[in-house]
Amino acid sequence: MSYVTVLDFAAGGLLLCSVLLVWRRDLTAMVRWLSAQGVAVGAIPVSLALHRDDRALLAVGIGVLVFRAVVLPRVLARVLRGEPEPREAQPLVNTSASLLAVAVLTLLADAVSQPIVRLDPTPATQAVPLAVAVVLTGVFMLVTRRRALSQVVGFVMLDNGIAAAAFLTTAGVPLIVEFGASIDVLLAVLVLQILTARMRVKFGGTDVDELRELRD
Amino acid sequence: MSATLLLLAPLVAPTLAAVAIVLVGWRRSTAIASVTSCGVVLAAGATLAATTHTSNVVLGLVLRADTLTAVMLIVIGAVGVVAIWASVAYLDAELLHGHTTRPRARQYGALVNVFIATMALAVLADNLGVMWIAIEATTVTTAFLVGHRRTRRSLEATWKYVVICSVGIALAFLGTVLLYFASQHAGQGAGALDIDALAARAAHLDPGVTRLAAVLLLLGYGTKVGLAPFHTWLADAHSEAPAPVSALMSGVLLAVAFSAILRVKSVVDVALGPAFLRGGLLILGLLTLLVAASLLLVQRDYKRLLAYSSLEHMGLVAVAAAAGTKLAIAALLLHVLGHGLGKSVLFVAAGHLQLTHQSTAIADVRGVVARNPLLGATLAAGFVALLGLPPFALFASEVAIARGAANAGLAWPLGVALVLALVAFGALVHHGSAMLLGPPTGDAPELVLSLPAAAPMIAGLAGCLLLGIVAAPLTHTLLAAAANVMASR
Repeated sequence: MSYVTVLDFAAGGLLLCSVLLVWRRDLTAMVRWLSAQGVAVGAIPVSLALHRDDRALLAVGIGVLVFRAVVLPRVLARVLRGEPEPREAQPLVNTSASLLAVAVLTLLADAVSQPIVRLDPTPATQAVPLAVAVVLTGVFMLVTRRRALSQVVGFVMLDNGIAAAAFLTTAGVPLIVEFGASIDVLLAVLVLQILTARMRVKFGGTDVDELRELRD
Repeated sequence: MSATLLLLAPLVAPTLAAVAIVLVGWRRSTAIASVTSCGVVLAAGATLAATTHTSNVVLGLVLRADTLTAVMLIVIGAVGVVAIWASVAYLDAELLHGHTTRPRARQYGALVNVFIATMALAVLADNLGVMWIAIEATTVTTAFLVGHRRTRRSLEATWKYVVICSVGIALAFLGTVLLYFASQHAGQGAGALDIDALAARAAHLDPGVTRLAAVLLLLGYGTKVGLAPFHTWLADAHSEAPAPVSALMSGVLLAVAFSAILRVKSVVDVALGPAFLRGGLLILGLLTLLVAASLLLVQRDYKRLLAYSSLEHMGLVAVAAAAGTKLAIAALLLHVLGHGLGKSVLFVAAGHLQLTHQSTAIADVRGVVARNPLLGATLAAGFVALLGLPPFALFASEVAIARGAANAGLAWPLGVALVLALVAFGALVHHGSAMLLGPPTGDAPELVLSLPAAAPMIAGLAGCLLLGIVAAPLTHTLLAAAANVMASR
């Protein structure tokens, strides 16, 4: 299998996972698909590294794979353990409308990513629109879901998209930046995990709609 | 002093203070160490300002200081001294009333010092990627500071703050990646995100990709500055955080995030011409002013009043950046420093009011001047400083921003900005005078302010006053800092 095929599979898998994430309501299944998306993100630098015979990139790729397919989903699974009813009961937008929105966002992503593809039309950059679509889908999920955990899933999805875009365009930002950014994301997700636990104690649930004491 | 030491000191001093607090807890000695570490940041900034008139000091691969860095370090150090000094009285009172516990005070002390260190790293970073990491790290470190009080309201504020700012800042990361991509194609691969390297190859960046990157970076860092329409977290977080933390977030963090926009602007202006970001900054700035002015008018909570006033000032700063002349940028920096000091004094004073009244409603606080002349005078002076009246620093900076914008041919947006600023002015005078001079209710609790608790506020006011009267020694530094982020084509 050529590296272009692997790359295309990875980028396609990335988008497929976000469609499935939007489709599923069961939070346990969502965490599993997020882990699968992490594998797709990690596959991008690994395949690039094997193609270019770049050992440093290979090490980074394996690190990214472990971080996004194992570490981050595990933190989310810990949040889930205390959840009495692990379902997104009533998102603000229903499932079919959400899937339609993802389709529109994908077209939009393709349109806005054109300058990137034009600057350097390699097989890798040609997959960037898919990564951008994942970013937009993540934002969409963040604003339309009501459960705290679904919002965190949206945030991680957004971040997966950005990481994929970084590897597809530039084969990764400098190592220190990649490392620092991963630590930051991990810390942010850990903070959100602790806040979700506190929310359960104070509000008796994790429906973000309960948060409405502060307004003008 | 060697350059290496100067660049490392603002990072190492607060980190050591944080370690000390983790080891022995929040005590008098570690509190003094924390205030001293902010003094070190301030001193390093002042020394750098005096030495880097012409050349940049570069250390290794990660740290770099030019005059803009020096000015930002001065802002961080000066407001840090006021806010952390005020934390002593704040935490004493909280512990006394049983609102907090020793372990939480320790967490507060450690986090506040780490917060200072991350902001120092953000302005010392040699590389836009490292700068991004530091700014995202400020969100993580401040999250539990905002949630320090552990109430339902503070939890709600923390959740909104972390989610909105993390998403905003994630978009800025995508922008950084795209800028890196454009930069790699414009020159040799290595160091493609270094501030100097980017400035050198800015003219060769691909316009299409740079345009995308610029939009993402402006929106992303703009979220952290609180620019509308991504301002919704700001009033919640700044009103629910402990008063000294509000002072730091409002007085410094917004300014640090804005300095990131200035760094980006210096590259993008060369690549795309100044008109591109000018449009974006004007739209966001005027929208922010509109939101701030209208919410100031109808405000019923005095901590939110102060938060929206910060929003108003950030709107003005964005308009100044849009003008982009050397005078406007120098005035912007003076404005940020004056606002930081004035606003931190007001937030600290608001903390004392909140502690006494157990309420942040404007209607519950009346006749402060009559009930406690010292607190009343401090609060009044803080309001005068914030309103941009002479002799405080914001008077000079606002006049200069107006002149800078007029010189840049922005007469029409400047007019709109001034009208909105006038509305905000009226709202602040209205609410401020009601709190200061209104007839006190019969059951108003006794308002006490000890001299040690008043000292940091008086120091902050003195700094703001000094800046307004004798800004002359700083003028040269501010203009040099402005030159650091001017497009050099």
